Amino acid sequence: MELFSANSIIFFLLATIILVFGVISVTTTKILRAATSLFFVLFAIAGLYLFLSYDFIAAVQLSVYAGGIVVLFVFAILLVKNLGEETEKVSCQKKLVGGIAAAAGVIVSLITIFKYGFIINESADAIAETVKMQTVGETLMGVDQYQYLLPFEASSILLLACIIGSVVVAQKNKEEKR
Amino acid sequence: MLELDKLVTLIHSTLADAIDIEWLVKLIEYVLIGVGFLALYAVLALILILLERKICAYFQCRLGPTRVGPWGLIQPIADMVKILLKEIIKIDKTDWILFKVAPFIVIMGSFCTFGALQFGKGICGVDFNVGLFYMIAISSLGVIGILLAGWASNNKYTLIGAMRSGAQLVSYELSAGIALLTMVVLSGSLQLSEIIEGQAKAWYIFQAPLPAFIAFIIYLIAGHAETNRGPFDLPEAESELTAGYHTEYSGIQFGFFYLAEYLNMFIIAGIATMVFLGGYQPFQINAEWAEGFNNIMAYIPTWAWFFGKVFGLILLSLWVRWTFPRLRIDQLLKLEWKILMPISLLNLLLMSVWVLIF
Repeated sequence: MELFSANSIIFFLLATIILVFGVISVTTTKILRAATSLFFVLFAIAGLYLFLSYDFIAAVQLSVYAGGIVVLFVFAILLVKNLGEETEKVSCQKKLVGGIAAAAGVIVSLITIFKYGFIINESADAIAETVKMQTVGETLMGVDQYQYLLPFEASSILLLACIIGSVVVAQKNKEEKR
Repeated sequence: MLELDKLVTLIHSTLADAIDIEWLVKLIEYVLIGVGFLALYAVLALILILLERKICAYFQCRLGPTRVGPWGLIQPIADMVKILLKEIIKIDKTDWILFKVAPFIVIMGSFCTFGALQFGKGICGVDFNVGLFYMIAISSLGVIGILLAGWASNNKYTLIGAMRSGAQLVSYELSAGIALLTMVVLSGSLQLSEIIEGQAKAWYIFQAPLPAFIAFIIYLIAGHAETNRGPFDLPEAESELTAGYHTEYSGIQFGFFYLAEYLNMFIIAGIATMVFLGGYQPFQINAEWAEGFNNIMAYIPTWAWFFGKVFGLILLSLWVRWTFPRLRIDQLLKLEWKILMPISLLNLLLMSVWVLIF
């Protein structure tokens, strides 16, 4: 990768945004600021997908993570009492466990990166072509090899269970009030 | 006729001759496109604000702005200068970072959607192969800005306004999305240019009259609700909440919310035009005797068709806004979850059957 090609500049720009806002989102003591910087991280990750010509994944990232999950986070934070109070200090034990988990994650990622060498394309035009929407749809809905109907349906059952569960939980509270 | 291809090739060749570095040429071109879109965004906002004030005045048997320029034409420019010169008031005890970030998130969501609109044949910022999905996805980001604005202002009116707005936007996105999905079933593509090309002979609303018309009505209602206007303006119900989530904002920060609101109206009308009314395609009658008529229609430039249809829909939206009384929050949510959602789901089924049979 040349240092001053358009591709590398865009990549480093996005990577900087992801890293800076990622660090802010875990270090800030105000919970809504953390959610906002998480939004920027997810937004920049969508940018990375676009950069790789994965338009569909980028749009999914925007609608599910940046548009959906963060909105839910913000909603949940706004509904909870004691808005904007500084989060409590984390105990030493939790810090230790968290540190070990983070280190394990980094080690696994590094092993993956170094074990499976990436193919480096020298030319700037070598970026993969956009995947056709039809291919995505057939892969999600097909039953042949490398097609994923079963996981797709399994996750939809999981989501359905979540929806019914949340309705049941909400209903219970209502009856108690009466 | 407005032919952008020649202008674009001219700019590109001039730049490529003048500068050797490839990425610099690209960067300059991207910046030029961005500036062009920003200018269009601002000019459209001015036109929309004048239209709103004039049309609202006629609905209320007034004249509207008449003093600045003939027919009040320069009024929005005077408004713009005023809003730019206003002081941005700094408020104590607010979360100032989020307070400042919020208007930018709102306008970013609106502008990113604006860039994907197809203003005419070949006049668009980007044409993704998942264009429609991208538009639905990125237009949903504005709600985060609204929630943050309401919370960061540290004011109960703004917080209530923001919560109402969030609930409203998240709910109405569903039926708007399903209505668009219904049309994707008919068109068989998510790419906006392909969707529009598929309507060259007849607009989709005429290709599958019943389900497409139901989807059109649902999209108009849900889209109108998503702009926080008209009978759905609970988030800023001025008699209850002062001005809702942007009560504490002043100057150009308020201007951003204002701009995004007007342009969202344009964007919703634009998406409805592209998906249901053929986008930049002229009106055509699919019969032998109408050949002369078709040729005349095709002679009108594509961008004129697009803007004509969009402003027609905007007129409809203004008409609704100034005619109906405001809904209560329970009526609003009931309308979405108990009426629009079931109808749009059934309509999706109807459209699938329609496509299989015809």
